[in-house]
Amino acid sequence: MSSPATTASPASLPARPPAGTSGSAPRLRTPRTKRHSPGRPRRSVLLTVLTGLVVLYALVPLLWLVISTTKTQEGLAGSFGLWFDGDFALWDNISTTFTYNDGVFTRWLLNTLMYVGLGAGGATFLAVLGGYALAKFAFPGKRAVFAVVIGAVAVPGTALAVPTFLMFSKMGLTDTPWAVIIPSLISPFGLYLMWVFATEAIPTELMEAARIDGAGEVRTFFQVGLPLLAPGMVTVLLFTMVATWNNYFLPLIMLKDPDWYPLTLGLNSWNAQAATAGGEPVFNLVITGSLITILPLIAAFLLLQKYWQSGLAAGSVKE
Amino acid sequence: MPMNTRRLLRGIGIVCALGLGATACGSDEGGSSQKQVSAENIQAALKKGGTLTVWAWEPTLKQVVADFEKKYPAVDVKVANVGTNSDAYTALSNAISAKKGVPDVAQIEYYALGQYALTKGLDDLAPYGADKLAGTYSPGPWNSVTSGKAVYALPMDAGPMAMFYNKKVFDKHKVKVPATWDEYVEAARALQKADPKVYIANDTGDAGMATSMLWQAGSRPYTVDGTKVKIDFSDAGARKYTETWQKLLDEKLLAPVTGWTDAWYKGLGDGSLATLTTGAWMPANFTTGVKNASGDWRAAPLPQWTAGDKASAENGGSALALPALGKNKELAYAFTEFANAGEGVQARIKGGAFPATTADLQSDAFQNAEFPYFGGQKANKIFAESAANVADDWSYLPYQVYANSIFNNTAGKAYISKTTLAQGLKSWQDASVKYGTEQGFTVEK
Repeated sequence: MSSPATTASPASLPARPPAGTSGSAPRLRTPRTKRHSPGRPRRSVLLTVLTGLVVLYALVPLLWLVISTTKTQEGLAGSFGLWFDGDFALWDNISTTFTYNDGVFTRWLLNTLMYVGLGAGGATFLAVLGGYALAKFAFPGKRAVFAVVIGAVAVPGTALAVPTFLMFSKMGLTDTPWAVIIPSLISPFGLYLMWVFATEAIPTELMEAARIDGAGEVRTFFQVGLPLLAPGMVTVLLFTMVATWNNYFLPLIMLKDPDWYPLTLGLNSWNAQAATAGGEPVFNLVITGSLITILPLIAAFLLLQKYWQSGLAAGSVKE
Repeated sequence: MPMNTRRLLRGIGIVCALGLGATACGSDEGGSSQKQVSAENIQAALKKGGTLTVWAWEPTLKQVVADFEKKYPAVDVKVANVGTNSDAYTALSNAISAKKGVPDVAQIEYYALGQYALTKGLDDLAPYGADKLAGTYSPGPWNSVTSGKAVYALPMDAGPMAMFYNKKVFDKHKVKVPATWDEYVEAARALQKADPKVYIANDTGDAGMATSMLWQAGSRPYTVDGTKVKIDFSDAGARKYTETWQKLLDEKLLAPVTGWTDAWYKGLGDGSLATLTTGAWMPANFTTGVKNASGDWRAAPLPQWTAGDKASAENGGSALALPALGKNKELAYAFTEFANAGEGVQARIKGGAFPATTADLQSDAFQNAEFPYFGGQKANKIFAESAANVADDWSYLPYQVYANSIFNNTAGKAYISKTTLAQGLKSWQDASVKYGTEQGFTVEK
């Protein structure tokens, strides 16, 4: 349920030329007059400090997480949070995370991968199909669809979770993986993004050319439209991936069988163990599990960075 | 009365559907309409087998399930941890209101049982033969699961209270271990004076703790008779509690650490929290959660309001119940009895659980068990004595889950502002009265 916009913002920082690092730009004749041009942004101490603060704000929790994964359960309580404890227990923590409770963590990891694969993958595919159709075809009711999509973007998924639960329980789908996958398939924001993107990215002339050359609509979509849509698709894929990967509330109310838990629920159940009479606190495993949980997301962002940056920028300049 | 019940059912929100659902199931007239289930029926069901869904967070049930499945190979028991306490109740209430996916057996804490029992969400277990188990359990837990002739659950564990104290800290600062609450306040002052990092205990406002303290002090704030409820936090017992606790609050003698957090575990381990007054189930948590302080802690009887008394109370503890909308009733009851009255009890004691069964509490093996964690102390003697001294006339509200959820917004103000604890309890009382009235209860102040 995390909002895609906030997740994207720290990583999108490098896309802009950072203020104050324009040493290679041609020198102005009068260095003392601090006039600025788009090619040479004015240095600003304030902005640099603010950016630095934001970077710290984003990275310190991560640093804490990385440092804490090297500590034992006792070490966590007994040492300063932002520095290492005596014994280095990282490998031990990782292996215990994967073997604790008969290796249920692996099961949760695979579940999450399945929910992300089917949910986010499916959501992206549907968004691309729908966005393309809305952008490139005229049909009655298009404005109504627009209104519905915009309206749906405004409704947080959390608000729909309980009605969805009641509906799904009537259909007998609760406590099955479908209860998580099916709602994840719908991404109004993704659809809207693809719609806007497709309008800009695919010249209608190109489609007409394809049609004149005898390509059917399906072929035009897959061979002409899809390659042009790739950057936008990656953006939507990343957003839906993050949303599904971090999904907590929906599985929380839909799933009762721990065998179908995604990582988010599983880690929470380990965390809750500490607050149970007779339960064993395993904060070290919760922390290590959390680190392992965010690694794939970080990898996805770094690897796909190039694509989605161009995807975000594509709609911004009007030619 | 029928009008009241109907309004009550509509009002309790999600829980209401629980009542309506049960009505559709035909158990409307209460326990008496349920059919008697004979031991033979249960045996036949066990032979036939089936799948049983149990919602519980109790860790020792894992072993019980293994033993049960070994004894009755035809039965497959699936235990799901759907969350701990209030999370579990949300899940259970949701399932009941959706009338789908209701578990066959559910773990419910004593304080929450009333809510489900009153709305007919639970089967009466007396027709299964549970009424014959009355003598099996100690009075506190048994009183908590029964209402009139109906038995709504079988007690799983109990939480007769005791005071755990860090002997190392008390020895180091040469402070006397308190036997009365007055001495407790003195000890709190002495420890703070000796080392400002050391607090007598942590408390940031905890409804379960407050109600247990009231229970021990002889206060009976809740009187429940069907849908007639009386809430009053101004009796003599409540005054004893608020006056003493107010001293601790005014002099800032309580650590601002919330229970069950990592900071709390840390405090129990590093000696900054000198005592912990809680249920006798705590040793298991000490052993697994506060390993580094092994040998430092000891158990002692709960401090008394009058020197020489032996008053005690329950804190926590839960039971296994059969939700009315669950299936496989015979199997469900067989499992519940196995876990809470039969062979399962021994397995659970071995796992560190504190039993509610009198025979086990009084057995030599139990009483003489030495706790290496407590330096070899025979702590069970203290706990068993506490269990026997719990006054059994306490009752919780039929909507205690809600009431506890608003404790911090009302009584909790005493911990963070100039509001006194007595005023805080009064506002908790007012809010509870208001909610009860809205739900259709007849609430007397």
